[in-house]
Amino acid sequence: MIPHSFDYKRASSVEEAIEILQNGSYAKVLGGGHSLVPALKLRLNAPDTLVDVTRIESLKGIGIEDGTLVIGAANTHHEIATSADVQNTLSFLAKGASAIGDVQVRNKGTIGGSIAHADPSADWPALLLAADASIVIQGADGTKTVSAQDFFTGFFSTILEETDIITQIRIPIPPEGTKSTYQKFVQPASRFAIVGCAAVKEPSGATRVAFAGVSDYAFRDEAVESASSSGASAEEAASKAAEGVSIMSDHYASEDYRKHLAKVYARRALVEVS
Amino acid sequence: MEIKISVNVNGKDYVREVEPRTLLVHFLRDTLRLTGTHIGCDTSSCGACTIHVDGVAVKSCTMLAVQADGCTVTTIEGLAQGAELHPLQEGFKECHGLQCGFCTPGMIMTAADLLAKNPSPSESEIRHGLEGNFCRCTGYHNIVKAVQYAAEKMSNEVSA
Repeated sequence: MIPHSFDYKRASSVEEAIEILQNGSYAKVLGGGHSLVPALKLRLNAPDTLVDVTRIESLKGIGIEDGTLVIGAANTHHEIATSADVQNTLSFLAKGASAIGDVQVRNKGTIGGSIAHADPSADWPALLLAADASIVIQGADGTKTVSAQDFFTGFFSTILEETDIITQIRIPIPPEGTKSTYQKFVQPASRFAIVGCAAVKEPSGATRVAFAGVSDYAFRDEAVESASSSGASAEEAASKAAEGVSIMSDHYASEDYRKHLAKVYARRALVEVS
Repeated sequence: MEIKISVNVNGKDYVREVEPRTLLVHFLRDTLRLTGTHIGCDTSSCGACTIHVDGVAVKSCTMLAVQADGCTVTTIEGLAQGAELHPLQEGFKECHGLQCGFCTPGMIMTAADLLAKNPSPSESEIRHGLEGNFCRCTGYHNIVKAVQYAAEKMSNEVSA
């Protein structure tokens, strides 16, 4: 399958990338390309220009700054999965990253590309929601930081404007004694989540629970969170999962089955963090 | 508009003009005539097109040739040292790790990445490491044996 013709430009700075985005009539940002290139091949998308941002040095690097884990948008899933800083502070993110796709996909796909694409079955959105992450976005008018909860707005939709570039993902390192997990029921060929449940429980009892694969886009399940935060058992809290949201249905899993799986995976996740 | 790229493939430098939409696998197969890399599913699921770019396994059907500009690429044709097969190639031959052979180049390239990161993987680590490569003939059993064969041979070569 051959994509539609386009121009390719490699940016050496975020500013240069934004300038190219502003000048193209329809330009798209190219990260690892593991969402965009398949879409181009299927001609689901036909931009006139691609701006490759993967060689911009400032978009790479994983480190800890004042109690915050900082991940560059152009870091690959593999780099995140194998980073000692991630493993030592938020190990469930490293485990979640290692459950994305397969080794070849993890070697090339980037965290920034994944969240910009916002596939409802992708793992990063649910992981970042449960981790209470913030996303740093640079655009024509400057830089802003938004919470993961405000970032994802719908089916393959985010608050990103056409000329915005994600530069960093910032995740607060939780207090000592916090437990976290990501439980995933995998589609065996694509390895996307049919249902993925990320859960983080702090020593105070405060719990965050987020789902991938269940609805039009990743979401935090407030009913499960408030039940678990106020001391309900894993079983009881999980029984409230995925109520009152629209549930996806496809040839892999019907609506009823997905809803059932959401409760099963919520229970497994909550048992893991209790 | 075509763009000039330079890529080192299997130790040899190539400078070519490519259309930006050219997939790396087509560049390798059609431009450089290195047809050992196969196109299976063309949807980044099956892994038949796996090659190494700067030392790590990637699916060349999901990468543009322009993304490989300045990179070092290794394909299945670059593994053997002259007439001497790479231990993985020998393993697939000795352990009957293939039947039709279509998936084999990709299997071997992914296995080579696995062994570079983990020189003595367990059976389960091998199966997990090859999850991005599909084989419709063998049931994977002899592929796992072939990787174990290569792991052992390579560790003996290192210690020898």
